[in-house]
Amino acid sequence: MNLYEQQSANRRRTWLVMFAFVGFLVVLGLGFDTFYLGGVGGNVPIGSIVALSVGSISAVTSYFTGDRAVLLATGAKPIAEVGASASEPDKLKLHQLDNIVDEMTIASGLPRPRVYIVPDPDPNAFATGRGPEHASIAVTRGLLDTLDRDELQGVIAHEMSHIKNLDVRVMTVVAALVGAVALLSDWARRGMWSGGGSGKRSDRREGGGAAGLVFFVIWIVAVALAPFLAQALAMLVSRRREYLADASGAELTRNPIGLARALEKIDAAVAPTQAINRGSAHMCIADPLGRQVNLKGDGFWSNLFASHPPMAARIAALKEMAFLPEGHGGR
Amino acid sequence: MPGLILLVVVVALVIWAIASYNRLVGLRNQVLNGWRQIDVQLKRRHDLIPNLVNAVRGSMDFERDTLTAVMEARAKALTATGPADAAQKENQLSQALGKLFALAENYPTLKSNENVKALMEELSTTENKVGFARQFYNDIATKFNTVQQVFPTNIFAGIFGFKPAELFEITDAAERAVPVVDLGRKAQS
Repeated sequence: MNLYEQQSANRRRTWLVMFAFVGFLVVLGLGFDTFYLGGVGGNVPIGSIVALSVGSISAVTSYFTGDRAVLLATGAKPIAEVGASASEPDKLKLHQLDNIVDEMTIASGLPRPRVYIVPDPDPNAFATGRGPEHASIAVTRGLLDTLDRDELQGVIAHEMSHIKNLDVRVMTVVAALVGAVALLSDWARRGMWSGGGSGKRSDRREGGGAAGLVFFVIWIVAVALAPFLAQALAMLVSRRREYLADASGAELTRNPIGLARALEKIDAAVAPTQAINRGSAHMCIADPLGRQVNLKGDGFWSNLFASHPPMAARIAALKEMAFLPEGHGGR
Repeated sequence: MPGLILLVVVVALVIWAIASYNRLVGLRNQVLNGWRQIDVQLKRRHDLIPNLVNAVRGSMDFERDTLTAVMEARAKALTATGPADAAQKENQLSQALGKLFALAENYPTLKSNENVKALMEELSTTENKVGFARQFYNDIATKFNTVQQVFPTNIFAGIFGFKPAELFEITDAAERAVPVVDLGRKAQS
């Protein structure tokens, strides 16, 4: 796949994710209509209308402000803000990060992304935004403290590639919508229990009949499964692209070993990244939840539930790249 | 009727000449812009080097040869004219600097000196930026040169006085030469 194909595939995927989300909400809304409003004046499908509008609005919002939501959720701060109150050696490190981003901006030919620092001691990094003109790169404190210059450059190049091929767009929209689904299904479940308990609601439900019951069951299943489905979706879009971003990142720096060593160090730090929650796990350079499946092979379960390919395989692929015959790539 | 045909042909030729002229000007400006990006970094590097040499001079006194070599290479690089010349002289400067960096590793006092660290970081990043900007510059310069050389634009390029752009790359014959491994002589001695 060349860059152009990757970009158009990602545009398509973004649309798909947003439509799937709206469609899912409409199913929930239909369930609400049949279940709650079944017999009593069910002419006006309030639930469906509300679901459709809420779904569309959150899909559009996730597209335009998803990056801000993700950065806010991780507690990321702009590098200038962090640098203002930093110690002398710390300032040097932050300045180095700024320099590296400048270098990668030149190498990739993209506009310069904004840089954020996540206050978390575990090494990790992610990129977010809807495209190269609206992109941000966030690295954790731990990443800055553990990696040397070449390694940091490899990580930034990896994130730059995610921005260049528009992976960030899909990942940001998915992150924002996964958050929305979790919120909504939580909400719906709570509403259901309290509703089911009260006498008034059960009167109405009897009016629904058999069709209403079927819908009710589907609805419950949908509400219960929503977070898992959303999670599976997020993982589906994340794994293969990590290899791609590793490879094109190495192309930018012309130094695959830098990134390979960075991944080794990130892998060695087993502590989970606290600041990054489930919803945005797929955006990071390494699985922030530190799940054990990440380390083991390519088994069925690891394929289903890991948001990232096994680290060992990624490192091996990068090391293989480094053994290219000398004199290629103008190094 | 032949007059009309002639007119059409002349008008078509003029339009085509204008179009190729504008295209050449556009490319030339891109080449200039690409060169400026490299030049900015090179200037920055030339400004930083005296600071670094002064900062390390006290600790690395007996590495005077290395320091002199860096300063000499810098002085030469300052006199460079045009990309091809600059590329060669900057390359020598890079080698001298690389040696200085490698030697500095042996001095723990230097490695822990914030000022020296900051200067080395700045020099590394300018060197990296030159490397990454070079690719862009050479690509656009090659494109500009190709447009000038292909028929029939080459006629106009000559008339309007467009000159091929120099590439920013190592032209030093010694750099390019394949090292000769003389196994025979070694076996004898």
